[in-house]
Amino acid sequence: MNKIISMKEAIQEFVRDGATLAIEGFTGLICFAAAHEIIRQGRRDLTLCRMTPDLIYDQMVAAGTARKLIFSYLGNPGVGSLYAIRRAVEQGIPAPLEIEEYTHFGMIGRYIAGAARLPFFPLRSNTGSDLPAHNPAIRTVQSPYADGEVISVVPPLNPDVAILHAPRCDASGNTQVWGLVGMQKEVAFAADKVIVVVEEVVDERIIRSDPNRTLIPGLIVDAIVVEPYGAHPSYVQGYYDRDNAFYLEWGELSKDIEATNRWLEEWVYGVPDRAAYLKKLGEETLARLRPGQAPSEPVNYGVYA
Amino acid sequence: MTDHAYTASEMMIAVAARHLAGAQTAFVGVGIPNIACNLAIRTTNPNLALIYESGVYGAQPARLPLSIGDPTLVSGAAAVMPMADLFMYYLQGGLVDVAMLGAAQIDRFGNLNSTIVGTDYAHPKVRLPGSGGACEIAINARRILNITRLSKRTFVEKVDFLTSPGFLSGRAEREALGMPGDGPQAVITDKAVLDFDPETGEMRLAGLYPGVTVDDVRAGVGWDLRVAPELATVEPPTPEELRIMREELDPTGLYRA
Repeated sequence: MNKIISMKEAIQEFVRDGATLAIEGFTGLICFAAAHEIIRQGRRDLTLCRMTPDLIYDQMVAAGTARKLIFSYLGNPGVGSLYAIRRAVEQGIPAPLEIEEYTHFGMIGRYIAGAARLPFFPLRSNTGSDLPAHNPAIRTVQSPYADGEVISVVPPLNPDVAILHAPRCDASGNTQVWGLVGMQKEVAFAADKVIVVVEEVVDERIIRSDPNRTLIPGLIVDAIVVEPYGAHPSYVQGYYDRDNAFYLEWGELSKDIEATNRWLEEWVYGVPDRAAYLKKLGEETLARLRPGQAPSEPVNYGVYA
Repeated sequence: MTDHAYTASEMMIAVAARHLAGAQTAFVGVGIPNIACNLAIRTTNPNLALIYESGVYGAQPARLPLSIGDPTLVSGAAAVMPMADLFMYYLQGGLVDVAMLGAAQIDRFGNLNSTIVGTDYAHPKVRLPGSGGACEIAINARRILNITRLSKRTFVEKVDFLTSPGFLSGRAEREALGMPGDGPQAVITDKAVLDFDPETGEMRLAGLYPGVTVDDVRAGVGWDLRVAPELATVEPPTPEELRIMREELDPTGLYRA
């Protein structure tokens, strides 16, 4: 079965109106290419899950795709606020946005419980905080062991669809990640459907030469999209740098609703796909983001015939 | 004094670095905390291992990271791991000696607010980023350093929203909840160092920067700030500390201004 399809096809087939969707990736490996295609296809009423909504969900909220946001850090990392999401939360523009808030460890625990099909995840957090008073899903249980400690728990999170960016996979979807791996593995196992978006598809032999690096097995991958630079303006370790200049630029332009809409018009609705976006972005920007070389030393797995 | 002139940020960085002496590991954020940790490695604590919540242990950043997920934290690090491992085994496992946190508001018992300004959660005056990892860091790290400029808007009697626990209503309440970490140790500001009463956990003035008066500090605090019995004067940055900051760690002055 050929799992490799276009981004257009992947979004058409797997992301429905009203779906619970997680496009994860911590600072790096954030699949903006998928978000832009979802905006172009006019999806509505999505429940968006991400630890750090980042610019990707700021853009999706600005475009009116979302009904609800499940998150743990609502900022433009290293820059400041996410103004489109703030407009939605504070003023209901372009539409009211329901929020469900956790701490980072709380979101991590939700994905772990989801992936392991457990009813909850216990963690030493939330105690003493005002957050549980505003999120009834954050509860406590008493340990049946030892001193009967009362501990905070969070419920499982099982998205309908996860879209996860990665450097490479093989044709079956065995996906390898290096650099920050974030929660990509846990989200993949927690989700009902998994779309992996990669910089390149490589021969199965390359994946099998270094099996320790495989984070997501093809077993749980429903579709593969090959989309070089699909994570820009976030980054892929060793392929391209984070476009910090754009994160700073968005921090300014997103303060203004008209400027935000103009940006969406030009860079999302105004291009048919990622290839056109990259052409518009230009070789100069891509060259600026290209890192130097730092290959790892190969290891010897041994032959045991 | 002109050859020893320094900015308030440079003083905060130097003071924070000195507070890292003796720690094996530090949980690091971007900006001033990052520079302070790297200054500590070059001065008081060459063996300090940097831990970033993005999943990095033993980072050796070759440039100033804009975010805590910068790829420069990965290249050359001792270990890169799923965030689940970092929060479960490093942080909750008790391996973080010191962590530095900032906040929009801090109260007299070191409780932090990074969630909302205003008291109506559903309709906040300002929606801030929220906890991120701060709540569990405040609970689990051995000790917490807060790095914040003095201002009555920031140093409030009671936080609008308690995101990350300090001593709650006092040391007794934190201890009763059995939190693994010891809680806030010091607040490093632009005018003074504040610490916490060993009995009650109430914040107090512990050390004045050169040329600063007790009243200068009180003017930036929204309650009647107590003064520690052994009020010290904090040494300014040494020429060597300033040289490292200016030439090696932040040559463009992004975080030193």
